[in-house]
Formats: sequence, C-alpha cells, structure tokens
Amino acid sequence: MLTRHRIALLAATIVAGLGLGAAQAAQADTIKVGITFSATGPAASLGIPEANSVALFPTKIGGADVEYILLDDGSDTSRAVANTRKLIDENNVDIIFGSTVSPAAMSMVSVAGEKKVPMIAAAASGAIIAPMDDNRHWVFKTPQNDGLMADAIVENMVKQGIKSVAFIGFNDAYGDGWLNEFTRSSKAAGIALVDAEKFARQDTSVTAQTLKMIAAKPQAVLIAGSGPAPALPQRTLKERGYRGLIYQTHGVANAEFLKIGGKDVEGTLLPTGPYLIAEQLPDSNPVKAVALDYRKRYEDKYGAGTASTFGANANDCERLFEAAVPAALAKAKPGTPEFRAALRDGIEGLHGVVLDHGVATMSPTDHNGFNTSARVMVKIENGAWKLLP
Amino acid sequence: MMDTSTLLALVQDGVVNGAIYALLALALVLVFAVTRTIFIPVGEIVSFAALTYAGLDNNATPKVLVLTMGLGLVAFLRGAIRARGRALLMLGLETLAVPATVTAVVMVVVPMQLGIVANAAIAIACVAPIAPLLYRIAFAPLAEASVLVLLIASVGAHLALSGLGLLVFGPEGARGEPFSDAVLEMGPIILPGQAIWVLAATLATMIGLWAFFRFTLAGAALRATAINRRGARLVGIATDQAGLRAFWLAGMIAAVSGVLIAPLTTIYYDGGFLIGLKGFVAAIVGGLVSYPLAALAAIAVGILESFAAFQASAFKEVIVFAGIIPVLLWRSLRHVSVEDEE
Repeated sequence: MLTRHRIALLAATIVAGLGLGAAQAAQADTIKVGITFSATGPAASLGIPEANSVALFPTKIGGADVEYILLDDGSDTSRAVANTRKLIDENNVDIIFGSTVSPAAMSMVSVAGEKKVPMIAAAASGAIIAPMDDNRHWVFKTPQNDGLMADAIVENMVKQGIKSVAFIGFNDAYGDGWLNEFTRSSKAAGIALVDAEKFARQDTSVTAQTLKMIAAKPQAVLIAGSGPAPALPQRTLKERGYRGLIYQTHGVANAEFLKIGGKDVEGTLLPTGPYLIAEQLPDSNPVKAVALDYRKRYEDKYGAGTASTFGANANDCERLFEAAVPAALAKAKPGTPEFRAALRDGIEGLHGVVLDHGVATMSPTDHNGFNTSARVMVKIENGAWKLLP
Repeated sequence: MMDTSTLLALVQDGVVNGAIYALLALALVLVFAVTRTIFIPVGEIVSFAALTYAGLDNNATPKVLVLTMGLGLVAFLRGAIRARGRALLMLGLETLAVPATVTAVVMVVVPMQLGIVANAAIAIACVAPIAPLLYRIAFAPLAEASVLVLLIASVGAHLALSGLGLLVFGPEGARGEPFSDAVLEMGPIILPGQAIWVLAATLATMIGLWAFFRFTLAGAALRATAINRRGARLVGIATDQAGLRAFWLAGMIAAVSGVLIAPLTTIYYDGGFLIGLKGFVAAIVGGLVSYPLAALAAIAVGILESFAAFQASAFKEVIVFAGIIPVLLWRSLRHVSVEDEE
C-alpha cells in the first residue's frame, strides 16, 4: 500500500540513485598521478623543491580532473619501489613521476614495465632509459642525460687544452653513470683519465681520495655528485694544494651548493640546463619564457630565491604529462590500461615541446628528447652562476 | 706505493677521525654498561650539536630548543603518570625547568655574541639534555627488558630523531667556525688547530671518565650498576638515577663531539648516524665493556677508513663495517656463551 512514508522512501531512493549515478559519471574522468620523490634522506635538498612543485600542478587538464598522490621515499631505493607498487596496486594511478635519485629510479623501471604504467623519472642517469627494452619502453626522464652533459664538459676541456683528468664521484648509480659516460666521451676526445675515485653522499672526509688524485697529477678534476655534498671534495682539493681546473656536474646547480661551497667553489665550471640562468638567455630562446614562468609561480608561493633546477625537473614531468593528456583522453578512459598505453604513446610522440630545461623531441629510442639546446656551460663567479659564451 | 708525506697525511686524517669515533665509542660503552641500551641516537646528538653550533653564526636563537623543550614536556607527562609529591616535583624540575632555563639563558646570551667558546657552550647546553630526556621517555620504562627490546626502542628513537632533525634543521648542511685558525706544520704533516682540539678533548674525556669512575661515589655507583643491576639496588643504589647520569654523560660527550667536528667538515642532519655507527664498531671491538680497548679500536677504525679510502675508495664503508665480523667471530669462539641474567 502506498503510504506517505513509502512514497517518501521511494522518492529518496530514486534521488539518491540519480545522485550516485551523477557522482559516478563525474568520478570516471579523474586522472590519478602517483608521485614518489626523495623529500627526506641524503637527497632531500633535491627532493624538497620537487615535492613543493607538486602543489603548483594543474588540477584540471583537458576537461578531466587530475589527482596527485605524493609519497616520500627518503632517497631509499627499496622504499621508492614499494611506493611505486603501492601507487599502482592500491591507488590505481595512470602515471608515475619519480624518483629523484638515479638508483631509486633505475629500480622503479622494472616495476613500471611489469605493470605497464608510464613513468617519468626526475633522475639524471642515462641508464634509466637506455638501452631501450620492454621495461624502458614505459619509462621517460626529464633531467638531461649525463652523457649529454659529459660531452659538454669534454668539449670545454678540449677547448682549454686539458689532456689529463682525475674523477671523483658518488658511489651509487649517479656516480657510476657519470664515470661511464665521461670515460667514453674523454676517450673519444683523446683525454686521459688518470684516476677514478668514489665517495659517499654523507662522507665527512675525502682526504684519502684527494691525496690519491693529486698524486696522479691531473690538469683538471671532475667531481660527479649532486646537491651540496660535492663541495667537500672541492674544498679538500683546495686545502691540499690543488690549483688546477675543477669541473662539477649539473647535479650541483642549486643554491645549497653555493652556500655550502662559499669561496672554495669560485671558478668552477659546470654544464647545466638553461633553466638555471634563464634570465641571462636571449629573449629569442623559447625556454626563457617557460622557465621564468615556472620560477615566478614557485617563488610566489615559496619565497624569492627558492626555485631550483630540481623543482624544474619535476615541473617538466608535469609538462610532458600535460601535453599528452588531451590526445589520450580522446582514446580511452582514465584508470584503464588503454589510457595508460595512450598516455605513453602520447609522450613518446611529443616533438619540440618546450620544457623548463630545454626543447624535447621524443622518439621510440630516445625517451629524454633533449639535444644540445638543453645544456649550457656556466661558471661560478662571485657566488652566482655566469653563462659562458 | 705511497710516499711518506701521503702516509703521514693519511695517518693524521685517520687519527683525527678516530678520535671522534673514540668519544662516541666511550659514550656508547658507558650507556651500554649501565643500562644495557645500545644508544644509536648518539649520532643524532652529534649532528644536532654540530648544526646548532654552526647555526649560532647567524645570531638566531637555536630552533633545536623547541625540540628539547618538547621532549621535556613528553618526558614530564610520561613520568607524571606514576610520580607523586616530591618525586613529581623533582621530575618537573629536571624535565621542564632545566630546558626552560636553558632556553631563557640562551635567548639572552645569543644576541650578546660572546664568541666561539660561548657558542660552543650554548650548543652543548641546548642539545646534551636530549639524551637524558630520551632515557626518561623511551628507555627508563623498559629498564628491565631484554637487550633486544632496548635495541628496538633505540632504533625507533633514532628514526624519530632523524625525522625531527630534518624538520628542525632542514636538509642543508652547515659548517662551524674553528676554535683556532692556527695551523701546525711538523715537517710534512699539516695539522689544523681544530684537529689538536679534537685530540685534546678526546684525551681529556678519557682521563676525566677514568677519574670519575675511580674517585667519585657517583662513579662507583655507576660501575656497580653496570656490574650487577639487582645487586646494586640491593645495596641501596638508585639504578634509575644511575641510568640518568649515564645518559647525561653520553649526551655531553656526544654534544662536545658535534661541536668539535663542526668546523672540520660539513655536517648534515643525517650525517651523525654514520659517525655514531663507526663509533659503535669500535665499541664492539671493545666488547661493549672495555673503555681503553674501545678507544684504541676507534683510532684503528679511523686509520683503516683512511687507508681504505685511499686504496679502494668505492669499498671504504664495506671494509670498515666488515671489520666487525672477525672481531665477533673471535669473541664468540673465545668466550663460552653466558645466558644474559640481567
């Protein structure tokens, strides 16, 4: 019998059902992005600006909502892999950004390939995306390859007439990658690598390694590390009487390094992305506008002088993703394997996309896409970065 | 083969590093002997003291005081569950009044810019209380538990302090002002004044500890607690107090180490852990009971590390930590295993 109560109940149920249906329809177009950066641990000075950049990412792209899930892996490889698995299995993300450091990113590659989820790494080692195989098919990266930067250093060395070099780098995938790339590049240019040493990020003393390097009498020393830690070998070299040229890598292109290094790092030469000295670029360079836009947005939120190249790497992950989303949305619904494949294809097909660090053109064999336009040589002069002609 | 000047430079570097490891090894052996706790957070105290000392160059009140006072509050609340009357008053004095007084004094003294030695004293005063407060929070309630449980609590405290350290100090490292800019040149050896301070402090600490244990009543009480906890209680020694004193001493030693090492190298919020670990290696060689052996072993660890870094820098850490294995093997073969009574 249709009492007033029953009519009310029926009406309520219908309305609730419609509401749920509407909610479902709205839910269906949310793209989930899983992010794992090293905001704590030895790479915290790289990971913190990256994690901070996530707050600047757009929440709506191409008509779909975007949800960012940010996790911290503490610069630890096992945690990065665990985070990746959690994001994919539990949160059902469509794409992964991360991690900050090369060893972690390299281990995440096999997970991305196994689960068939595209991944954009913010770590520098070229081995993350090469040689191309089934797993790396799904992996991209935004920092310039160490190989590209090594070539820039060798080019500068040749110009300066350097014939013998000593190397000291991190004893992890970053340092190993750099040693490989630099050995390859220097050999091709006829420069002799007279000594290769390793040190750990948290080391408090590198006296022994320094002594060995100086004993080998190199004309230049290359220090391969990131964050502020590589200031230690540089200072020790100076203390021990080394007067030759010192090169660093793009991993030290941040304010903490200048602060920790102080006067000891004056005159250092290093390659870096054009982001670092964007204001010194000519206006005709398309990177300038893009880089300055990111810097302004970051510093408006976090304070002047806080923007860093690492945050820009993270922002580039988002720029690549954003460029590929509209086409992928047309092909499939977020949350499905087809959408992820479409995202991956979309990123791989990007040509001439302007990022904070350069202009990228991807290809099936090159998942970084940068060429020599993405690097410049700078010198540290008076505690600031000076673009070299 | 290396020439004499390189050899001497390596030995010098090893001895200076080893002196810091010796200080920490002494602190670790002291704490373990009295409370059976392997005090892993000692590394955090070293880096906090170093960063606080370096940060005083900016004449700002050290942010670490927030941590010290916060820990004091937690310790007070933890102890207030049981304590009544006079015991509650004493608890309040130690956990609340001491950090508050230190904060007040520091806030007054820092703008006065009294110089390097005053800065060192301030840094030590701010950070050393963290050790006894940790004891009250984490270890005193577990006083009767097994060594394993205490070790787990220790690791937990280390993880918590590590994260709090990142919050308080940020990921950037810092370097302090050296006590002395003098450089001593003895032939091929270039000894910076700071290194002499380190060696002198280590020697002074060792002699001081020896005198303390030998000649004072409090020292005798600590030794008694270390030998047999239950027996010590039977003869009227307050073992909780003994534990507290041990942690105070350890905190002071660790804070002094931090202030000494700050000018020698850039310290990061997590750098102290590795230093503490190497001190632990030295303490293990001393069997966690013998002070002279631990100190000697620490110097040996420093020299081993120096030479390992020279010969095979990629394997430096491996070589140093692998040094524990033959020591443990030798000790376990030599001694018949005794069931851990208490």
